[in-house]
Amino acid sequence: MSEKTILLDHGSGGLASQQLISDLFIKHLDNPILRSLEDSAILPNRPGNLAFTTDSYVVDPIFFPGGDIGKLAVHGTINDLAMRGAEPLCLSLGLILEEGLLLSDLEKIIISIAQSCKEAGVPVVTGDTKVVPRGKGDKIFINTSGIGFVPVDLDISSKKAKEGDAVILSGTMGDHGITIMTRRAGVALQGDLRSDTMALHGLVKALLADLPGSVHTLRDPTRGGVATTLNEIAENSGLSIELNADALPVRPEVNAACELLGLEPLYLANEGKCLAIVDGKFADKALALMNSRAEGKDAAIIGKLVAGKAGRVVINTPVGGTRVVMPLHGMPLPRIC
Amino acid sequence: MKHLDEYRDISLAKPLVEELKNAVTKPLRVMEVCGSHTMAIFRNGLRTILPEGMELVSGPGCPVCVTSASHMDAFIAMADMENVRVTIFGDLFRVPGTHNSLAIASSQGAKVDIVYSPMDALEIAKKHPDELIVFLGVGFETTTPGIAATILAAKTQNVPNFVVFSTQKTMPPPMEALLSDPDLKIDGLLCPGHVSSIIGAGAWTPLAEKYNLACVVGGFETVDLLKSLILLARQVGNNDIKVENSYPRAVAWESNKRAENMVARIFEPADMDWRGLGRIPNSGLRIRKEFSDFDAEVRFDIVLPEAEEPKGCLCGNILKGMNSPMECPLFDTRCTPANPIGPCMVSSEGTCAAYHKYGRDL
Repeated sequence: MSEKTILLDHGSGGLASQQLISDLFIKHLDNPILRSLEDSAILPNRPGNLAFTTDSYVVDPIFFPGGDIGKLAVHGTINDLAMRGAEPLCLSLGLILEEGLLLSDLEKIIISIAQSCKEAGVPVVTGDTKVVPRGKGDKIFINTSGIGFVPVDLDISSKKAKEGDAVILSGTMGDHGITIMTRRAGVALQGDLRSDTMALHGLVKALLADLPGSVHTLRDPTRGGVATTLNEIAENSGLSIELNADALPVRPEVNAACELLGLEPLYLANEGKCLAIVDGKFADKALALMNSRAEGKDAAIIGKLVAGKAGRVVINTPVGGTRVVMPLHGMPLPRIC
Repeated sequence: MKHLDEYRDISLAKPLVEELKNAVTKPLRVMEVCGSHTMAIFRNGLRTILPEGMELVSGPGCPVCVTSASHMDAFIAMADMENVRVTIFGDLFRVPGTHNSLAIASSQGAKVDIVYSPMDALEIAKKHPDELIVFLGVGFETTTPGIAATILAAKTQNVPNFVVFSTQKTMPPPMEALLSDPDLKIDGLLCPGHVSSIIGAGAWTPLAEKYNLACVVGGFETVDLLKSLILLARQVGNNDIKVENSYPRAVAWESNKRAENMVARIFEPADMDWRGLGRIPNSGLRIRKEFSDFDAEVRFDIVLPEAEEPKGCLCGNILKGMNSPMECPLFDTRCTPANPIGPCMVSSEGTCAAYHKYGRDL
């Protein structure tokens, strides 16, 4: 017998849809708010401002070393909330499934979402599923939105970066981007290439608690990589950023794969890293805290904010030269030779 | 990484910066021929620490950059055909033709696959017997042997739906064409390391002798680059002009006979169009008659149209090292990596892309 797959029926709203909801979604993602299956979730309020974000996930392949599309969809949205200093409260989950998707693959993804939500302490409280005919989608697309609470007096943003602030990167660059690119290209490389997908709200909470007022900016360098995100921070703060080439953390496996494919780790996506712009006086303390946690064990101070042309990012090279770091244009393409 | 980290070892590189300062005793203008050298020089920030009197200009060694607009138009026309899938190296994707690029054609339904090796294209052909798979052969001596081996494999494995469109180019002829231009004032060449691993360091001797040109074959890491520049400065300073090989871990004096034989079996010399340089006799390679079943130009009966170079674009002069990107009116205004007009902006190895990425404001 052939394996069970998603049929157009599953998106009909009828019996097949209901079965999918009870046998898969409620089974794995169960919580009192989701379980009520009403048209919208009613959430308890509390003092503070609300943070609200949304992101869509279309990664190919849907399973990759270190994670899968479901894990990404949970972590990515939680991290977007955390980067404004918000404590994530809950997520929505929108699924667009392609007719013919293996039910077993869908279940694997839902289990992965459930696990990630449980670990993060952030539940899925509302959701939706649609099915599109074969060829009109690519297996599965996921959208998650997230709501979080931010204390009224907290304003973490790119504009807040100040001259003399340190740039701290919470870990190695490019792990997610190179894993996906090598998988997509069917390039079999030895060595442990794996996505870094990870929720960072715990790390952020600890940083904000230990260094009140000293954390000015938090950004997660996803698509476009560290280079593009730093360009945005420099632009928004009206300052320049100086990086130290020696300090940039990259795993040797990632570096080797980049050399082979003609890519630069600075431009590759990360899914479990943040750039923290911290008052220079407290940089060492922030670094020590990050290094003491699993999410930030490879964190490093990679540079600083300096007066200069707004939006300019430069790297001081080991031989004493400098070069400008531009934001990513188009998609990163492998080079000919 | 072994054989890589030691050539980036900063304790070795730092003293070389000082040594380079001392080595420059006469003003000299050096052309780095290869696009990968251009990128490596920028990556290390070497232009910002060059000693006074030494100038680096970028040459024609980026294969994507010198692919003519008429070739791009032909590539795009093929990609638009039914049951045809073109396979390319990644940086060809955004190269502009006269009106279009493969990226735009792909968005409109043309089948364009990015591959990492011509052998990947052959595998695609085996998986899609109902389609004709065209591999767009763009490159210098470094990529040609792999393409020759793939054509041979297609013949031995009897894969009838695989063809190559060859715009393969060879390096010494355009250098000869460039150097014969009396306006081009060059004292030395940083010769391409990868190309030289095929043609041998000795292949640069005729140019060195004819044009009294300091020639050093160099590698691509920090120590390699500095070492090569020191040797070039000393040759010019001491008026001791010759060909030196500072990349012996990859390059021999003699050519790589196995690669050469493989190439000669499949390809024969042909005139070739170069973007910015025009048609140069015997500077390209076409597929021999014996293998014409695998020749896209024969299978499609392609007649190359004349293509106009984009107006205002200085890529031609930039490839000759006669203008710097900053002198081009389109640079960073109408022509950017996101929306390239000239080919030097398209490839990450292109001179303009390298200046845009690493050199702006410096």
